[in-house]
Amino acid sequence: MAEMAVERDVMDAAGPYDRARALSAFKFGDVTFYWITRACAISVLLILGGIILSLIVGAWPAMREYGAAFLWTQRWAPSADPPVLGALGPIYGTLITSVIAMMIAIPVGLGIAVFLTEICPIWLRRPIGLAVELLAGIPSIIYGMWGFFVLGPFLANNFQPFMISVFDGVPVLGTIFAGPPSYLSLFNAALILAIMVLPFITAISVDVFKTVPPVLKEAAYGVGCTTWEVVRNVVIPYTRVGVIGGIMLALGRALGETMAVTFIIGNSFKIQSSIFAPGTTISAAIASEFAESDGLHQSGLILLGLLLFVLTFFVLAAARLMLMRLEKKAGS
Amino acid sequence: MNFMKAIVAAGLVAASTSSFAADITGAGATFPFPLYSKWADAYKKETGNGLNYQSIGSGAGIKQIVAKTVTFGASDMPLKPEQLDKEGMIQWPQAMGALVPVVNLEGIKPGELVFSGELLGDIYLGKVKTWNDPAIAKLNPKLKLPADAITVVRRSDGSGTTFLWTDYLSKANAEWKTKAGSGTAVEWPTGVGAKGNEGVAGNVSQTKNSIGYVEYAYAKQNKLTYGAMINKAGKTVQPTIGAFQAAAANADWAGAKNYFVILTDQPGEASWPITGATFILMHKDATDKAASKEAIKFFKWAFEKGDKMAEELDYIPMPEPVVKLIEKTWSADIKS
Repeated sequence: MAEMAVERDVMDAAGPYDRARALSAFKFGDVTFYWITRACAISVLLILGGIILSLIVGAWPAMREYGAAFLWTQRWAPSADPPVLGALGPIYGTLITSVIAMMIAIPVGLGIAVFLTEICPIWLRRPIGLAVELLAGIPSIIYGMWGFFVLGPFLANNFQPFMISVFDGVPVLGTIFAGPPSYLSLFNAALILAIMVLPFITAISVDVFKTVPPVLKEAAYGVGCTTWEVVRNVVIPYTRVGVIGGIMLALGRALGETMAVTFIIGNSFKIQSSIFAPGTTISAAIASEFAESDGLHQSGLILLGLLLFVLTFFVLAAARLMLMRLEKKAGS
Repeated sequence: MNFMKAIVAAGLVAASTSSFAADITGAGATFPFPLYSKWADAYKKETGNGLNYQSIGSGAGIKQIVAKTVTFGASDMPLKPEQLDKEGMIQWPQAMGALVPVVNLEGIKPGELVFSGELLGDIYLGKVKTWNDPAIAKLNPKLKLPADAITVVRRSDGSGTTFLWTDYLSKANAEWKTKAGSGTAVEWPTGVGAKGNEGVAGNVSQTKNSIGYVEYAYAKQNKLTYGAMINKAGKTVQPTIGAFQAAAANADWAGAKNYFVILTDQPGEASWPITGATFILMHKDATDKAASKEAIKFFKWAFEKGDKMAEELDYIPMPEPVVKLIEKTWSADIKS
């Protein structure tokens, strides 16, 4: 293309337009555009770097004081002199609430998506689709309040006593569902998280399910497959990469959600074997204690923030890696 | 064109007046926020001068006043005299509040259940686990208490309220002092955390057999079942304005440097044991002297005319002799 332009340039030089000049004006515009967009893109890196840097600077006193033991110390005593801080409780809470939330949200979210794209009568599609989108739009503080006033009491008065009596005496499960029931608990927080991340999984799954070529499905139905078999053997394998992307997005959200969780998790730094006991997450701990903290305590909270940053980074990186592998496999 | 000019002029006037009105800025404790905003409202009606108070928490308020970004800071925890001298600041108590233990127990009326500091400490340590524990029965021989487990509720966020509560428990229960200590956020041995006074009040009112601690105003407004306390003198007292003021009157304000007095566990037969003052912090030699002068004027006005408003919101005004002392401090220490 470039050579052609140059040739024409020479040919048309005598014409009414000064082509060389016009082209250089275009080129100037292009170069400016290139640099502006490039600056925008690089600013993302700068902002991210700035955030990491300021986190490290803020967390430095705590890092020096506690070292790597911060990661596996369970005691959190900010009022001791000097303060004894350990992140194991919040790390455990963050992971366990996210895992439970995903365990609930993945099957339900995929179920909704399959129903919406494969089974749902047309007239019901819009109301359900809108409801899912509305779930995503509700501010997290509303979820927190609802969890505090409605879901918490319901769980503590009905669901938890039932689960405790069912699994009483069963090894492992018995300890996980041990009492006493509490309004503010890891389980309550996990359930709220599951509802909050549901739209991420559903919306993305619906979008990718729609990309399955109808001809594939029709062929499967043609050889006598049931709806279940079509979903299981055609739709899911075809869209696996996209679905996992949606799940990872939801997981990222679950790891970092703050306000709703702060309201209902009960803020206990002690690790308890029961999921009906109060716990805390990294973000909830920071939100609760930051305003009234100072010195080493505050530095410790910033270090918690840095940990969350790193944790989320690794989760997203692992997701990317997994997606790349899957894509390769699908390509071969 | 004239129209445009008028708009610009109006904008300038608005900008200049609003910047003037916002000259007194304060930040800090959330506990006195309703009181300060009510005072500020009445003060503005009377004098035309406004006050902008941000309730961002005691710790953050102290940080802001040290950095001189506000005219005054507010804290539920008094600063140590050495720390004040280092920053060139003064502090004084502006109003008082009280904490009450609240419970959710069937058939128990407000003020019926009696606690001691020792017992509350043991409950919050997780040592006293059920309501029919002999330690509770000993103080309440006439009440019939259930054999159910006690659900302990506490604050999840760092707060001045928690500081007062844990400070009192540290004074009344030796084991609490070594195991958890006092502070805006402590290492809680047991219990679930709820956010803010309203969170604790809400959680206690919803959870059967629970116990919590809230500011008196929250207990009253939410109609919670509060408990009576045995004070330092060994007398059983009910939470009343009179009992709160007795605690303040019995405290040694004159003998304390920079009003460094924590009002919990004060002597006196009528004193409510879990009382606390909320403090104002200011620089002796402020950069913006005009604003600093305006702020003092406001606080003086609040001492003179704000008592009734304070009582309406269930805060306790400072006793007269203490106000006299504070006014002396102002004229001696604030440079203008």
